[in-house]
Amino acid sequence: MKKRMLCCVLSAAMLVSMTACGSSNDSGSNKTGETITVLNYGKYYDEDALKQFEEETGITVKYEEYESPEEMYTKYKAGSIDYDVICSSEYMVQKLIEEGEVLEMDFPSMENYGNLDASILELSATYDSNHTYSVPFFYGTLGLLYDTTKVDAATVSSWDCLWNPAYKDEIIMENSVRDTFAPALISLGYSLNETNEDHLREALDILKKQKDDGIVYAYYVDETADAMIGEEAAIALCYSGEAALAMEENENLSYAIPKEGSNLWIDSWFVPKTCQNKDAVMKFLNFTCRDDIAEKNFEYVLYSSPINSVVENMDDVYKNDPSICPSNESVSNCEIYVSLSDEDAAKYSTLWQELLSY
Amino acid sequence: MSKFKQQFLAGPYLIWIVGFIILPMLMIVYYAFTNADGGFTFEYITATFASETNRKAMILSLQLGLICTGICLVLSYPLAMILNNMQIKNQSFIVFIFMLPMWMNFMLRILAWKLLLSKNGVFNSILTSLGFERINIINTPAAVVLGMVYDFLPFMLLPIYNSMTRIRKDWIEAAKDLGAGSITIFFKIIVPLTVSGIISGIVMVFVPSLTSFAISQVLGGGQVLLIGNVIEQDFMQGMQWNAGSGLSFVLMIFVIASMALVNLFDKDGEGTAIW
Repeated sequence: MKKRMLCCVLSAAMLVSMTACGSSNDSGSNKTGETITVLNYGKYYDEDALKQFEEETGITVKYEEYESPEEMYTKYKAGSIDYDVICSSEYMVQKLIEEGEVLEMDFPSMENYGNLDASILELSATYDSNHTYSVPFFYGTLGLLYDTTKVDAATVSSWDCLWNPAYKDEIIMENSVRDTFAPALISLGYSLNETNEDHLREALDILKKQKDDGIVYAYYVDETADAMIGEEAAIALCYSGEAALAMEENENLSYAIPKEGSNLWIDSWFVPKTCQNKDAVMKFLNFTCRDDIAEKNFEYVLYSSPINSVVENMDDVYKNDPSICPSNESVSNCEIYVSLSDEDAAKYSTLWQELLSY
Repeated sequence: MSKFKQQFLAGPYLIWIVGFIILPMLMIVYYAFTNADGGFTFEYITATFASETNRKAMILSLQLGLICTGICLVLSYPLAMILNNMQIKNQSFIVFIFMLPMWMNFMLRILAWKLLLSKNGVFNSILTSLGFERINIINTPAAVVLGMVYDFLPFMLLPIYNSMTRIRKDWIEAAKDLGAGSITIFFKIIVPLTVSGIISGIVMVFVPSLTSFAISQVLGGGQVLLIGNVIEQDFMQGMQWNAGSGLSFVLMIFVIASMALVNLFDKDGEGTAIW
C-alpha cells in the first residue's frame, strides 16, 4: 500500500513538472493568448528573431525541430500535434501538396512578399504554380566541393572532371540515387527528372564506368564534409550547405557549380491542413520575409537567402562565394527535382542498386 | 494458485514477444508474399536469386561471411588453447579482458577503424612518416572483412574456450600414459571434444557477418553492397517494402537453418551462454 502511495505522489509530481515546462513559454510581455506551432529544420531560425516576433505581435511561438524531410512527414502524419506552419524541402512540399495536405493561402498579398527574389519564385513555380502554397525560405545548389591544392577552378567548371581518370580514387559521390545520377544525366544532356528507362540506363553506364575506372573513392552523404576537411579526396559532389560548412574548417576547399547546370533546392514554408490560426501564420511569414529578419536568419544559417536586400547588403566574402551566393547565371541553369511517382522511384532504386553492386 | 502466479509474471514478457517479435515477423512474411497492391505473389522471393543485383550482393555476403568466419576460427582456436593452458589463478580475468571491447558500442569501434584506415588516417601517417607505402584498403571488401573480424572475434573465441575448459586434464594425462603423442591428443581428444564450441562459434560469427550492413556501409564507403545493404536501401531509400521483406524472409531462412545446425551439435547450450 505504501508503495502505491509513493507511486501516486511521484506521478503527480511528474505531471506538475511537465505542465510547468509547458507553460513557461507563455511569459511574453503583451501576450494576446494566440499561439502558433512552427515546425522547422534543426538550427534553421534565429532564436532572437523568434523572440522579437513574440514581442512585436504578442503571438506565442511553439517551436519544434526535425532532422530530415522524411522525419517531418512522419511527425506531421502522426497527427498528435496540430502544426500551423512547416518549413521543408521542395520535393516534400510537392508531395504534401499532391496529397492535399497543404492549404491555399494568399501569400502574394503579404506586405513583404515583394522582397523575394523573382528568379527563385519562378523556379518554385515547378511545384507551386500560383505561389499560393509555399513561401521560399532558403535555397541552395548541388555542386562540386574541391581541394584547391589538387584541382584548379577551370577543371571543376564542368561535370566532365568527374569522369577524368587522372582523379583515380580522388572523387566522392553522393550516397543517394538522384544526386549521383544528376551529373550523369546533365552530362548526357537529359533532365534531372528523366524517367525514360533508356536514358537512365545511359546515365547508369557512365556511372558504372566511373566506378570501374576506380575514380570513385566513396559514396558518402554526411561523411563528405569530414572526408574533404581531412583532404582524403580531391573533388566531392555535395550540397552548397555542406560545402560551406567544410570550407569554414579548411581554407583549401572551394565550391563550384559546373556550367552545364545543376540541381537547385528550395526550402519553403507551407501551411498544413492542421493550421488553427491562419492570421497569425500570415503575420509570422510576413515577419520572416522582412528585410531585417531575413538578414538575421541569413547570418544565423549562412545559406542562400531568397530575399533581395540580404544579397545586396552582403559582405564581399559571401558575395564571391558560390556556396552562399550563386550567380544568377548558374541559378537560371539549374533545375528543381520533381517528386517521382512510386513506379519511377522504384526504377531509380533498381538502377542505383545495380550501380552499387557493380 | 502458484501456477497462475507464474503465468501472470510471464505476462509482460509475453506481450513483449508478441508485440515486438512475432507480429513484426508476421508483417515481414506478409509483405514478402504480397506486391504493392496487396495481391499474393512469389515475385519478391524469387527475385532474391533472379535479380542480378541481389545475386551479386548475396554471393559477396556469403564470400565475406565465409572469409570472416575462417579468419576468426584460425585466430581464436590457438588463442583459446593458450588461454586454457595458462597457469594463472584468475583465468576469468583474462577472458574478461577479451570481452571488454564488446561492451563498447560496435558502431563506435567501426568508426574508429575508419579513422585508422582512411587515406590520411593514423596508419597511413605512421607508414608514410617511416617511409613505407600507404595501405589503401579503406572502401574495399578487405576493410569490411577486417571490421567484421574485429567485431565478431569474441563470438568465436568464447564458445571454443568454454568447450575447452570442460576437457578434463586427467583425460589428456591418461592419453599420454597410453603413449599418445601431442598431435594424436590434439586430433583425437581436443578437436572432437570442442566440435560443439566450434560449430556454435562458426554460426555466431557467420550469421551476423552475413546479415551485417552497418560495417559494410562505414568501412566500404558505399562501394561494397552486401545483402544487408540492399535490404536497408529497399526500406529506407527506395520505399520498396515488399522487395526488402522478400529478401529478409529468405535471409531469415538461412539464419534459422544455421541455428538448427547448432542445435544438432550443441546439446549443452554452450553457444547460447553468452548471448
